[in-house]
Amino acid sequence: MIITVKLFASFRAGRFDIETRDYPEGSTVADVADSLSLPQSELGIMMINNRHVKLDRLLVEGDTLALFPLLGGG
Amino acid sequence: MDKIARIDMGAAGGPKVTVSGLGDYAGLGGRAMTSLIVAAEVPPLAHALGAENKLVISPGMLSGTVGSMTGRLSVGCKSPLTGTIKESNAGGQAAQVLARLGYAAVILEGKPAGDDLYKIVINKDGINVIVDNSLKLLDNYPLVAKLRTEYGDKVAYMTIGTAGERKMLSASIACTDPELRPTRHCGRGGVGAVMGAKRVKAIIIDDAGVTMRPAKNIEGYRDANRKFVEGLRKHPVTGEGLPAYGTNVLTNVLNEAGGYPTNNFKTGQFAGSSKISGEAQAELEVKRGGSATHGCHRGCVIQCSGIYNDKDGNYVTKQPEYETVWSHGGHCGIDDLDTIARLDYMDDNIGVDTIEMGVTIGVAMDAGIIEFGDRAGAIRLLEEVGKGTPLGCILGAGAAVTGKVFGVERVPVVKDQALPAYDPRAIQGIGVTYATSTQGADHTMGYAIATNILKVGGDVDPLKTEGQIELSRNLQIATAAIDSTGMCLFIAFAILDQPETFQALLDMLGSFHGITMTGDDVVALGKRVLSAERDFNKRAGFTKYHDRLPRFFYDEPVAPHNLTFMMKDEELDDLFNW
Ligand code: SF4
Repeated sequence: MIITVKLFASFRAGRFDIETRDYPEGSTVADVADSLSLPQSELGIMMINNRHVKLDRLLVEGDTLALFPLLGGG
Repeated sequence: MDKIARIDMGAAGGPKVTVSGLGDYAGLGGRAMTSLIVAAEVPPLAHALGAENKLVISPGMLSGTVGSMTGRLSVGCKSPLTGTIKESNAGGQAAQVLARLGYAAVILEGKPAGDDLYKIVINKDGINVIVDNSLKLLDNYPLVAKLRTEYGDKVAYMTIGTAGERKMLSASIACTDPELRPTRHCGRGGVGAVMGAKRVKAIIIDDAGVTMRPAKNIEGYRDANRKFVEGLRKHPVTGEGLPAYGTNVLTNVLNEAGGYPTNNFKTGQFAGSSKISGEAQAELEVKRGGSATHGCHRGCVIQCSGIYNDKDGNYVTKQPEYETVWSHGGHCGIDDLDTIARLDYMDDNIGVDTIEMGVTIGVAMDAGIIEFGDRAGAIRLLEEVGKGTPLGCILGAGAAVTGKVFGVERVPVVKDQALPAYDPRAIQGIGVTYATSTQGADHTMGYAIATNILKVGGDVDPLKTEGQIELSRNLQIATAAIDSTGMCLFIAFAILDQPETFQALLDMLGSFHGITMTGDDVVALGKRVLSAERDFNKRAGFTKYHDRLPRFFYDEPVAPHNLTFMMKDEELDDLFNW
């Protein structure tokens, strides 16, 4: 299935900003992070289609997944 | 910090300085000091620009020590913008220097009769108030440049630009950074107008000949500070994210979460967001020979700031904060960092709050004065503010006044203070803080974004109402306490997540005063400050009906989540329940 993956901040280094990628049915957020060698301990904010999700969330065709490290500001 | 200076600007025969001990205010600093003095001494029905109002300047409890992050300066008064009590704090060098000179507070009182303009020089020999009409109508950068020829580079300057002199409701007080740029502002609530009303243009603070404030328990303090710094370095937000990208790293986060107010709160996502994101900004700063990592005062280990140069490598301004990039950027449909940096410089120079000014320009765009996205138009409007033309004076009075003058219905203010960069319909928790804060809409009063969006210090769903009241309450209490310590609020990211770093902060406070500090003491301090602020507001005529968001947040759903602000009035009324 086709998923749009967006990476931010330090996650972009050596990877990409945005990419359309193919994953097997039944893939989770954790699977995508693994495929990009993003250690789970470094994942801060995860969103699918503008909503926060957890690592075990199943992806479906056409989803946009955004992954950020832990960030702050304000 | 064992003395309080009172400067009666209206004394017969010229300003008169009186220095006394701390009395009832012993042990206080920062926001606790300014708010308790204002609550006790300013008549709540006073006109904010009148002689009865007081401008209280106070370093934090730990300012002027070897402790890291302790350089926050609080300024308090009755706000001319909101009519509530106000505490506005800034970094820069002023707090450290003033604290080392021993002043727990410097209070400007009264109001001179004539139109002479004054500067105040504070050094180890005392306080001098001097007429200097040559400073009239100078903006902050030229003003500081002129003062430096006389007082040099080893002092801290607090100044107002022309906006403060003209008593505009958006006027700020600038504090110089370590390189003497007037870039760190007590921005919110028109505190610069109160300084202008007292006819004080500049305060020059010189700590030559004085030393750091020693802790009661020197060893204990050093040890606690070391652990505290370790904790800040170790946490991903304070150790990596903020130093590398600054606060503007939030642009992409908020846009992705659908909580990025765009074109005056019409939608929650901005097509141009990636162009003005923290990632893009940091890359540009480094490429142009500026810097993406800079501290606003000596002793900051997080260094969230930076230096923004133009394409030829010349300094434009300090790294614009997320709120500024938003207010002058997405809020106005502007997707160009160079325009935003130029506006940031102009705000600092004229001396206005970047949030209030950006939001006001967006409201003016909604009124059709200029189009959304009009870069040159936005600069032109801000030039009007700097010149003090009739249009400039309307805009300088802030979003609420501008909305009224031009007949705009969608005006994002609470208690007449502009909302910052987070849509309360997509992030219900921050809406609770906007509505109930003692000082009008202000994200820093109870930063629910941390838990709602960033998932630091817990996890509360931003799209639901559950848990938001308690969250905002606890954050408002903790913030009131932190704002009193002199610590930069960004330490909160680390202390919310790491109990040992919170303990190190308690140990810093305790060992400095030779006592034991507990979490309960911090909560008690925060509640004491908030209670005093609420009480002042009540006596100034504020009721629970003022603790509400503007109507459009309740009846205009915003994309992409298509929600309204859903918190019930009774829930909001339950926030201050002690
Ligand atoms: S973290 Fe940023 S705002 Fe806080 S003290 Fe450091 S430079 Fe200043």
